[in-house]
Amino acid sequence: MPFEVQKMPDPASTSTHPTAAARATIRDPIAVAQQKQINAAKLRKFADKVATWLMPALTIAAFLLIWEVISNAFPGGLPAPSMVLLESQELIFNPFYDRGGVDKGLFWHVMTSLSRVGIGFGLAAIAGVLLGAFIGTVDLARKGLDPIFQVFRTVPPLAWLPISLAALREAEPSALFVIFITSIWPIVINTAVGVRNIPQDYLNVAKVLRLHPVEFFFQIMLPAATPHIFTGLRIGVGMSWLAIVASEMLLGGVGIGFFIWDQYNSSRMSDIIVALMWVGMVGFILDRLVAMIGQYVSRGTTAD
Amino acid sequence: MQKPILSLENIYVDFERDGVISHVLDNVSLSVKAGEFISIIGHSGCGKSTLLNVVAGLVPVTMGAALLENKEITGPGPERAVVFQNHSLLPWMTVYENVKLAVNKLYGHTESMKKVHERVMNNLDLVKMTHAKDKRPGEISGGMKQRVGIARALSMEPKVLLLDEPFGALDALTRGHLQDTVMELHDRIKATVLMITHDVDEAVLLADRVVMMSNGPKATIGKIVDVTSPRPRVRRELYDDRSFMSCRQEIVSFLEEHDRVVKFEPVPA
Repeated sequence: MPFEVQKMPDPASTSTHPTAAARATIRDPIAVAQQKQINAAKLRKFADKVATWLMPALTIAAFLLIWEVISNAFPGGLPAPSMVLLESQELIFNPFYDRGGVDKGLFWHVMTSLSRVGIGFGLAAIAGVLLGAFIGTVDLARKGLDPIFQVFRTVPPLAWLPISLAALREAEPSALFVIFITSIWPIVINTAVGVRNIPQDYLNVAKVLRLHPVEFFFQIMLPAATPHIFTGLRIGVGMSWLAIVASEMLLGGVGIGFFIWDQYNSSRMSDIIVALMWVGMVGFILDRLVAMIGQYVSRGTTAD
Repeated sequence: MQKPILSLENIYVDFERDGVISHVLDNVSLSVKAGEFISIIGHSGCGKSTLLNVVAGLVPVTMGAALLENKEITGPGPERAVVFQNHSLLPWMTVYENVKLAVNKLYGHTESMKKVHERVMNNLDLVKMTHAKDKRPGEISGGMKQRVGIARALSMEPKVLLLDEPFGALDALTRGHLQDTVMELHDRIKATVLMITHDVDEAVLLADRVVMMSNGPKATIGKIVDVTSPRPRVRRELYDDRSFMSCRQEIVSFLEEHDRVVKFEPVPA
């Protein structure tokens, strides 16, 4: 990246104090060489950091530009970015407005959807870890249940909706159930793998100490399986976000999924594009959040 | 003659794998007096780990019995604490918490928090690890981890302490330091110890008796040698000690003799 190199001149080669440089050379050529090396490393690090932030900005800009050009070339189709900015001004710049009913800013729609994910995914996490620990320890249970789980886990979220509506008869619990049933499988399966892979050494320690099952669960099993559990949770939270947006489209009311459907019915494409960005950003943040918590909680578990 | 604290009586251990039965131990008998330090030495795969695991209760016997204070050993328990070769500390707990897990399990119901804390600190002090009590196993060296492993085992106040190649994964210098620590501890707390090793010098230096095992499969005790060198022993003086050298010679020739008849058959570790 030549433009960055120009920004940060190499202090060793372009020093404005020849006397100082000369003195240093005389005194200790090794120190000068080391300094050069340090400066070069610093420059590399700085360039790398700039690239990390600059490159995504460049790709986004390029993407928007291409979109703008194509949309203008074929008018009447997808609105161009400039058009979105113009048409959905309020939606973009004021996510907090609330005029009652479903006429709310995107923040409130997202919060409603998130609270559903919070409940559904929270229940799935608790039930999934317990069930995973169970089939991870009891081999007969694993043999009996694993084939069923492997089939259920491939059922798409929306396919669960009719069944849950028929069984639960109301929209809200049905939405929660869809999230629950979609996100629980990766949690169960990963937890079971983690539990089955607890090193024999830890099991021996537990045996010698004669830990009883509850102590074993909290002191050994949970911490040892934490990295696997969080892999499952991370996949699960992503799937529950997919599930909620889809199921809200059918269920109606407040929520980002229904918002998108509603705007589609009134042909407001710009609003949908803004909502899509919210969905993407929130999904991204959810994923990172779970990953970060996982990293914090499982610090040390992999260290040997 | 003192009554034995631990006695192994005609122990046979067979493992089954894919329908093939391998005889690992064949008629092993041994009695150990209280306070005695026994080294078990033999070639890799000869079943010495299996023997230790029988005493630990981690491997069931096919025939025969292992008795601790005249009671048959049927499963693992803290009165037969094990120091595992690869330390087996729980990496998500600090050094202090690793020892505390054991102390809590054994004394947490009957003793106050303060007493439990004292026990943990005392045991860490025995192996000189109090300075690192808040570190996690990932942050300390291999030798330090093994020290903590020993502290954890000692904190169970075992009747027999089982060391499964405790210094096998350590470099020579660290190994020497830890051998000194174990010798010192043995003198101080008069523990009964069963130690597996494949290092001849280590076996002789630490032990009252060295048990030599023949090669597997169907391994058994080939020879037992008494180490009569007086304690406390000092490593650098031992090479001038005639009885030490003769023990050493005896073991080396036993091992060399058996090296020639190694049969390469699959034997579970």
